[in-house]
Amino acid sequence: MNNQNNITFVQGNEACVEGAIYAGLNFFAGYPITPSTEIAEHLASRLPQKGGKFIQMEDEIASMAAIIGASLTGNKVMTATSGPGFSLKQEALGYACMAEIPCVIANVQRGGPSTGNPTHVSQGDVNQARWGTHGDHAIIALTASNHQDVFHMTVQAFNLAETYRTPVILLLDEVIGHMREKLVIPEPGELPVVERLRTSVKKGVDYHPYLPREDGRLPMSDFGGEHRYNVTGLFHDMWGFPSNDPKVVSELLRHLVDKIETNVNEIAMYKEYWLDDADYVLISYGSSARSAIHMARNRRARGVKIGVLELQTLWPFPAEMVREKCAGAKAVIVVEMNMGQVVTQVKNAVDNPHTVFLANRVDGELISPSDIKTLLRMIQGKGV
Amino acid sequence: MTKERFDFKDYIRPRFFPHMWCPGCGHGIVLSSLLRAVHELGLEKNEIVITSGIGCSSRISGYVDFHSLHTIHGRALAFATGVKLSKPSLKAIVPMGDGDALAIGGNHFIHAARRNIDITAIVMNNRIYGMTGGQFSPLSGSGKKATTAPYLTIDREFDIVDLAKSAGATFVARSTVFHAMECKDLLKKAITHKGFSVVEILTQCPTYYGRKNKEGDAIQMMEGYKNNTVKIGSKKLEDNPNLIQRGIFVEKTDVPEYCEAYDRVIQTAMKGKA
Amino acid sequence: MMERSRLVFSGSGGQGVITAAIILAEAAVIYENKNAIQSQSYGAAARGGSTRSDVIIDDTEIFFPKVVQPNILISLTQESYHKFAAIIRPGGLLLVDSKYVKVETKVDARHIALPMYDTVMKKIGKPIVFNICVLGALIGVSNLVKPESILRVLETTIPEDFMDMNKKALDLGFEMGEKERR
Repeated sequence: MNNQNNITFVQGNEACVEGAIYAGLNFFAGYPITPSTEIAEHLASRLPQKGGKFIQMEDEIASMAAIIGASLTGNKVMTATSGPGFSLKQEALGYACMAEIPCVIANVQRGGPSTGNPTHVSQGDVNQARWGTHGDHAIIALTASNHQDVFHMTVQAFNLAETYRTPVILLLDEVIGHMREKLVIPEPGELPVVERLRTSVKKGVDYHPYLPREDGRLPMSDFGGEHRYNVTGLFHDMWGFPSNDPKVVSELLRHLVDKIETNVNEIAMYKEYWLDDADYVLISYGSSARSAIHMARNRRARGVKIGVLELQTLWPFPAEMVREKCAGAKAVIVVEMNMGQVVTQVKNAVDNPHTVFLANRVDGELISPSDIKTLLRMIQGKGV
Repeated sequence: MTKERFDFKDYIRPRFFPHMWCPGCGHGIVLSSLLRAVHELGLEKNEIVITSGIGCSSRISGYVDFHSLHTIHGRALAFATGVKLSKPSLKAIVPMGDGDALAIGGNHFIHAARRNIDITAIVMNNRIYGMTGGQFSPLSGSGKKATTAPYLTIDREFDIVDLAKSAGATFVARSTVFHAMECKDLLKKAITHKGFSVVEILTQCPTYYGRKNKEGDAIQMMEGYKNNTVKIGSKKLEDNPNLIQRGIFVEKTDVPEYCEAYDRVIQTAMKGKA
Repeated sequence: MMERSRLVFSGSGGQGVITAAIILAEAAVIYENKNAIQSQSYGAAARGGSTRSDVIIDDTEIFFPKVVQPNILISLTQESYHKFAAIIRPGGLLLVDSKYVKVETKVDARHIALPMYDTVMKKIGKPIVFNICVLGALIGVSNLVKPESILRVLETTIPEDFMDMNKKALDLGFEMGEKERR
């Protein structure tokens, strides 16, 4: 990394590292996997410089487990992986949902299933991020299409993890992770950083680790502190005491889902380009959004009323916002590199699902502006 | 050393009781030995984090009034590694069953030992999966009856002590629930030891192991621990080499502890930066 | 306002092709206030084989990060020349090393073959700075960034003891390239 006045020229994976450090990361556990490995490599060097801890664990599961343990002692924690490793982490990820432990999981997506296409891009883990772990639950997943946004969304991932006491998934992809471009590192204080909310309950007074305050937040108490409590993956009451009382079970599950789903508009982050008068709306995210914006910019220059809605929050899916943005469109084209994961959500969200089309590419290559243009021409009735 | 007389009520969470162990289960003796060890060492409850996985043994974590982390099957040592490395001032104790520690959790067991991270692993070996109703474990050994081995097991067992030794654990000991005071003493040494310590404690499961394998009820099984085990190097081994040895097999102090080694990494990294 | 420059650096693993691409793009971003993107194709093998790295430099924001048709193609092996010569943008620039690449089929581009490798070996004797000489020749011909910007990047990335050698390689390349500038 080189810099002049905080200007750097880095890989997206490094932008993620810088964002995490800015957000206050001080514990990382990971296992090498392409194309996320640079995140671990840079943190192995950066974390001890600020007194933080880095550990290379024996496997993906152990990495996920270790960050949960370290979060409980009061640290901001992260792990990074790609598809196969993300699959392995799912059980422990569900544990973090259930036990309400803040943590960030970066998944730099590659082609799958299985070993798939390790050095090539894909966006095939959108649904895994949502439903990878078992049981009903809510999840937050963010994504980004350029390095400034990777930095910003990484900071947001930590902020949301602390705010909602939940794991947050950062869904990057191989193109963004590996390519290099400019990143301007913000000054401290320039971006808001949410710190862990710790309980004000004094020693000797009952502390309820799972009793939300009126604003919905659950203050924590660090392991090693004055309050000793039980953390479990079993359904539990406000003390952390395991229970299969139907009322306790139902209330906890509803709490876990509601705390995120009812705040969908707070959590929804997106960018829009030329949407005001758009006949054609492209909806995209991650590296494929770059192609969508590129293509729309060129078409606009030729008079086509086309715009782009770039999603930065994928989960909880901001259905209401998407419906509003697409309300005046003749056609909506979802640009993604999978067999149609976000397009399903968009179809569910909009008033006219039959005007929603998928522009995809699943061969390991970044979808190109001309790929999208071809589909647009067909929709316009102009042929290829 | 001991400030006051031991009273288990000082160390348990009454709301978690009665416990869920079957009558005759050996796990309660392990719990009692552990609490007595903590008491005699004069440890503060706030400085202990007890981390467990899934199984009958793993319920110990809820019963004790320490910081407790009841996690997922097999991964307790990995969770505890995160706890310990992130806050080395804490004492990390990890009670596990034989299946939890050595089947699903085998990888974490050998790597925690290899790192020599200061965690005390207690393997409560009852040679069976009790909570799920009596399936054979990697410690059952061959020729045993289990719900998943109606024609007797053909799988061989591990020797936990040998495994821990070769994986690099710097304190390795074994006892049984019949030898409750010995258990307590070994646990005290293990908790005090700086580095990865393993204490295997043979503990009976009369419900699923004893009954099916004609080893009798709890009392008969405990008698078995009395009769079939000896102290390390006992003369009785000359007549019967199949006797199980109890005591401390490894106690090394010359291997760097992981968290301390990492502190030196931090020093190097900070110097490099300045 | 500059025209968008789309470059493909190609050669074999170990020639420093990717490093050269990164240094160029970094110099443009950090010291010349431009936008630039560098990307490369990844394979499982770390050394040997055909390597490609794309660089785009522009004053305006760059979205699609890949180069489809380069207006500048740098080829340092015969294999990479064969592989990529056909994608060059009509009227573009083709820069090759005259020792490694024999230009065969003529494409609609300006062909520049320079003895970069031989010059480095004759004047410096260390093949490790071959890529810096190539970079010198490239900016000599194209004026993409100033040599000082490249040097400033090198100052922050390589040990001090190696700076003189790198500076010399850059100068040698720049002189050769500048003669070809139009």
